[in-house]
Amino acid sequence: MEIKLKINGVERAIECDARTTLLDCLRDNFDLNGAHIGCEHGICGACTVLVDGEPSRACLMFAPQAEGYSITTIEGVTPAPGELSVIQDAFCEVHGMQCGYCTPGMILTAHALLASNPEPSREDIVEAISGNICRCTGYGQIIEAIALAAERLQGSNAPLAAGQGENAR
Amino acid sequence: MKAAPFEYVRPSSLAEACAILASDEDARPIAGGQTLVPMMAMRLARPGKLVDISRLPELDGIKRDDDALSIGAAVRQAVAERSSEVARHLPLLSAALPWVGHQPTRNRGTLGGSVANADPAAEIPLVLVTLGGAVRAAGPGAEREIPAREFFEGLMATALEEGEIVSSLSFPIWGEDRVGVGFHEISARKSDFAYVSAAAQVALDEQGKCTRCVIGLGAVVPSPVYLAAASEAVASGVGVDDVRGVLEAEFSSLDIMTDSHATAAYRRRAALALTSRALDDALSQAGEA
Repeated sequence: MEIKLKINGVERAIECDARTTLLDCLRDNFDLNGAHIGCEHGICGACTVLVDGEPSRACLMFAPQAEGYSITTIEGVTPAPGELSVIQDAFCEVHGMQCGYCTPGMILTAHALLASNPEPSREDIVEAISGNICRCTGYGQIIEAIALAAERLQGSNAPLAAGQGENAR
Repeated sequence: MKAAPFEYVRPSSLAEACAILASDEDARPIAGGQTLVPMMAMRLARPGKLVDISRLPELDGIKRDDDALSIGAAVRQAVAERSSEVARHLPLLSAALPWVGHQPTRNRGTLGGSVANADPAAEIPLVLVTLGGAVRAAGPGAEREIPAREFFEGLMATALEEGEIVSSLSFPIWGEDRVGVGFHEISARKSDFAYVSAAAQVALDEQGKCTRCVIGLGAVVPSPVYLAAASEAVASGVGVDDVRGVLEAEFSSLDIMTDSHATAAYRRRAALALTSRALDDALSQAGEA
């Protein structure tokens, strides 16, 4: 079937089976490999994307269900090619990752959190990322990275992410 | 972990959706899909046709309906969690919603989907049963209303007839000035299925005497249970310490489940602890109101 998706601000049409998950569609049809394949049944959070700004499991949605929503992947949060968002930058700076598999999901979840709650407490951050599993870090530096990004965004005049545009809540 | 092939349709009205579901026994409704999609990925479910009901206007909206709040079946859990109407009128639902899955699944999962799925550990069915709400079902015939305490018939089994779908949920609103709630559950990890969950809501009069009480228990038997004897005891003035005996007697009439996660003996002990805590919280919250 033909489906139309709005991904990172661009409308695209694609021919695919109804049973294709949004995750497989992003990776196989659009070469957006930042959404990672983990458990494929909604437990791990590696495939997290933003659907109208809200973190959602790309493995728990069939591609046609995503029609009409604005989908943001990790590729869509950078302000410009080759640059990093404030949140991505903070993850690099405090090394909020080890193997990196969970990182796109963590960063998108952090984007949604900071868009709706610019001054999160540690508990708010822990609750927000509780649906994203990291098997390397023990979460310490991830929490630190999000707290650092929150602090920087509060003190800056910059938008959360230029690339996120209309998805910022 | 890939679903078997199916046909996807997105009807534009509830009547059209019901007609498709009634005419094709292999068709299944999908809203948030947070349970159905993994079931399909694991091939535990293999519908030939998916009828997307998530955008039907008839299934949307949260509205005051006399002494009840009516919530459309396709209202997403995250929307109800943020709703000021829910926070004001349904404090027990507000207390339970943060326990439903986790934020990303609540962003897509719906209230009606959770009720229609009827998992024994699901929080929304527990709240609906505890409060004595109702499920409205649309289908080939006229819309009908089923009391929540009769709707859940067993493990993922409901009173829905072939071709019927949940259209809205009706949660009673308590008008008393001093209302308090408590909600507790225990699971292996945050967001996982509860081994035991307990919900309580009480109302106090000006003197601090309990005038109304409902207590419910989830995940101990295949459907959520309203604990009538304990609820009535508390409402007639029995204190929290003395109600434990009533709760224990009431549990002994239940055929409590043993599974790979928890034994019946464990569930019985946890049920007593969690219902007591939920009741304690409800009474102290109402006392401060």
